[in-house]
Amino acid sequence: MDIDKRTRELAARLTYIRDIFGPRENASVAMLRTRLEEFLGQAPALGMRELARQVARLEELFALLEGKLENELTPMDRVRIVRHAQRISLTDILENVYDNYTEIGGQDEWSIDPGMLIARATIARRMGKKTVHQSVMVVGQEKGHGQEFRNAGSIKPWGNANALYYMRVAETENIPIHSYVFTPGAFPVEDYPGAAQQIAKNLYVMAGLKVPIISVFSEGGSGGAEAIALADRRLMLSHGYYSVISPEGAAAIEGGLRDRATPELIERCAERLRITAADNLELGFIDRVIQEPALGARPEHFDFFRQLRREVIRATDEVVHAAEGLGPLRGMAIRRQASAGDPQDIFVRWSLGSSARNKLVDQRHEKFRDLSRSACRDNRSLGARVFSALEGLVWAANSTLRHDLLARHKRRLLRLLEAFEAELRALRQGVGGPLQRLLGLDSSQRRMEIPPEALERLTNLSCPEEGACRLEDSWVYKSPKSREDRTLTCPNTPTHGCLDLWAPDLFGEFAGVCSHCGHHFPLEFQWYLYNVFGFAQAFEFNRELESGNPLAYEGFDLKLEEAKRQTGLGSSCLTFETHIEGLAITVAMLVNPFRGGTVGAAEGEKIIRAAERAMLKRTPLIFYSHGTAGIRIQEGTCGVIQMPRVTMAVRRYIEAGGLYLVLYDTNSYAGPVASFLGCSPYQFAVRSSNLGFAGPGVIRETTGTEVPPKYHRAFSALSRGHIQGIWDRRDIRKNLHQALLTMGGKNLYYR
Amino acid sequence: MLNVKEMLEELNASPYEEIEIRTPHTGIVQFVGLIPGDRVVGPSGKWHERPGTLLAHLTREKNKKPISATQKGEVMDIRNDLEGQFVEAGERLMTIRHFLSKEEVLGRILKKALHLFVAPERAKYYFVPEIDAKIKAGGEQSVKVREGLEMFIVSRMKRETPLAYSGPEGIIYAVYFQQGDNVDGGQPLIGVCPETQLSLIQDVVSRVQGEWEERD
Repeated sequence: MDIDKRTRELAARLTYIRDIFGPRENASVAMLRTRLEEFLGQAPALGMRELARQVARLEELFALLEGKLENELTPMDRVRIVRHAQRISLTDILENVYDNYTEIGGQDEWSIDPGMLIARATIARRMGKKTVHQSVMVVGQEKGHGQEFRNAGSIKPWGNANALYYMRVAETENIPIHSYVFTPGAFPVEDYPGAAQQIAKNLYVMAGLKVPIISVFSEGGSGGAEAIALADRRLMLSHGYYSVISPEGAAAIEGGLRDRATPELIERCAERLRITAADNLELGFIDRVIQEPALGARPEHFDFFRQLRREVIRATDEVVHAAEGLGPLRGMAIRRQASAGDPQDIFVRWSLGSSARNKLVDQRHEKFRDLSRSACRDNRSLGARVFSALEGLVWAANSTLRHDLLARHKRRLLRLLEAFEAELRALRQGVGGPLQRLLGLDSSQRRMEIPPEALERLTNLSCPEEGACRLEDSWVYKSPKSREDRTLTCPNTPTHGCLDLWAPDLFGEFAGVCSHCGHHFPLEFQWYLYNVFGFAQAFEFNRELESGNPLAYEGFDLKLEEAKRQTGLGSSCLTFETHIEGLAITVAMLVNPFRGGTVGAAEGEKIIRAAERAMLKRTPLIFYSHGTAGIRIQEGTCGVIQMPRVTMAVRRYIEAGGLYLVLYDTNSYAGPVASFLGCSPYQFAVRSSNLGFAGPGVIRETTGTEVPPKYHRAFSALSRGHIQGIWDRRDIRKNLHQALLTMGGKNLYYR
Repeated sequence: MLNVKEMLEELNASPYEEIEIRTPHTGIVQFVGLIPGDRVVGPSGKWHERPGTLLAHLTREKNKKPISATQKGEVMDIRNDLEGQFVEAGERLMTIRHFLSKEEVLGRILKKALHLFVAPERAKYYFVPEIDAKIKAGGEQSVKVREGLEMFIVSRMKRETPLAYSGPEGIIYAVYFQQGDNVDGGQPLIGVCPETQLSLIQDVVSRVQGEWEERD
């Protein structure tokens, strides 16, 4: 019996190896196969003792060659490892790493999203003879060893919403959160709460959660991973991957293909994207790698679970220590144990005090602020950098003096005056006539105080001699398309019967809007720069920050240079200060023509700096997305890390009392919408724009369902509750001014 | 009186519909190389989001527009003499012969034979309880209707009003709505035929179902 079982196990190990290495020919795999086949052929004729001897020898051979094969693993092999049905799953971790647990996010297929597993778990810690059970909230994707209903850990928006709810519960209960990332990516549906918008909410809330968050990556697929992985310590399993896009997706984009790419191209993309644990450790996006057994951890590797337990305990201890500060001896012990030892020997209570909770959030912010800083090109001279740093200091001092110190006194004085005036008015009403006359406050006098030019403006036509005075039609910038002598057909013609439009009219006076149905034809970003944001009078900053090629992605330098040459920009993001109706605002803008408006390290850094600047100067921060295709895949995790980074900066800004308003135009998809754009409480869209998580092609490929033609239209997003309104292009400036007057927090300078 | 034989013969003699493709406006015509006998298809996809086969281009003021097939069929003749010519609006470019399917044939026959009583507004429609009971007991064709018979309940926004039938006397041949579902205004609710013609219509339907040959 024992021999049978061991033989079966060997056969299973061989199948696993062959699954991992795919169709690739490999001498070691071939050798293992022949040896096993030989043994199985001879077995019936052998005696028990000989059988046992040969099985033991085979087991040794397997162990030896598995170790050898381990060194031959390519990044794509690792992708196959994490997707394998025998890969450890979250349930295995709950069973083996924690001492006790209760699932609270549903049970098996009876869950709002069976892919998202949420559990309250405990870890027992020793303190002398006493045992202390420390509670944690465990969230993570459960792949379920190939269970169909788990959807391979691809989480629907409501699954992420459920995870967020219980993370908030953990915050209320002051217990740490352990999140385990086992997802190939989020499930791209737009139904409320919406894939992108929910991930954005998760990021926004996690950025400020006042409890330690530890995340462990096995399969970290882009936005789906970020939804639960914004953590104080990010650990990674040595055979896992963490990437901006699946290698298959990258290959399809790279090859410009509509169908599946060839295995070779996929393999090449997996290598270029630098998705392995070692790569991510080197790039600084994870803190530690947890070594797995050869060819990846499977449920029977109990030693691995012991190690994982030690690592998550250690990581939680470290976070608590950093935020709260332990006693001097325990602090020293934790530092000493950096590489070895059992952290259970030191007792650390995981609930934080109130000041430590705030410090924890600050540290998290600093941690993410420092990531990927060197992944973009900073072309400023040393002098300019020093000047910029000094300028920041001056502005900080100015802001404190003007808005915190002086403004506080000014406010107090104004309030006193206000109260005094109100008293006087009450007195007037009480005593009536004589005092009223004495104070000179009767209504006829006040009427007289209105300046005559204001009266004239209110009662007369603006420019009667010029006929209809339509100031809004005189655009400063006219699209070059308006110089073409031709007509265009509105895409709504079959349903709305729109007549053809003459290009000089359409792109000139009509501002690209169909005069019959109101369809908005796309316009260049310059149109918005000059006609909406008054770019001619604006002050652009951080122009010297330019996109680079941090992963040295093959062939990307050329493409980048080409984009820079064509657009005259250094990155897809423009940040500047300007005025709208006399109110100073800070604007960040993503422009579509530069690599599809994709976001990489340079763009992320520029947006963060814009948010910091707006916070310092107490101006509103307007984000205009002229179109974005998502995170720039050639920057790999340097790009995807911008999702939590920028969201944190934006959260800081919003919490400081500013106005963060997002305006979508043309097509805005994926990462940015699922993070720093989607987290804004004020999101508007220009008519005829599309927004969402994944485009129709990706949805078709991932979910196997077709989406209706207008699935991503702004009006659909509005009905789903993703955005707050839809603006006509010609009214953007007016609506922005209206928004500045009615929206936003207390710290805007003009409030 | 409905003449089934004649009607079927007529349909059999020309089992197709000829669709003339005409220019929607002035412009220069460019054909795409179709020849008589080519098969074309109409709009496809779940939402008809994919346009039909490209038939020609019409260019006006440097604005080149595609003209696509609206129905499945076979190209009959093409006005190749118009290639590269400027044409007026409404000029015939080609004719497409669309072969009728069983459903279309039945639709045509029933349209002639039945009186359709349509929904006056978008609402939920129910039969009044007596009629509902009759239909459940003896099937649709057991109900006789006459002008002024109160037979529906129109339910909209929790407000229920009775609706009387208007049209020729007869029996219900078919019910076209589901009780409790919203019906748009103008959609047929029931089809009514004179009692004497019921067997005739049933005969036609069964013959079409059995005999009609679909050409594509």
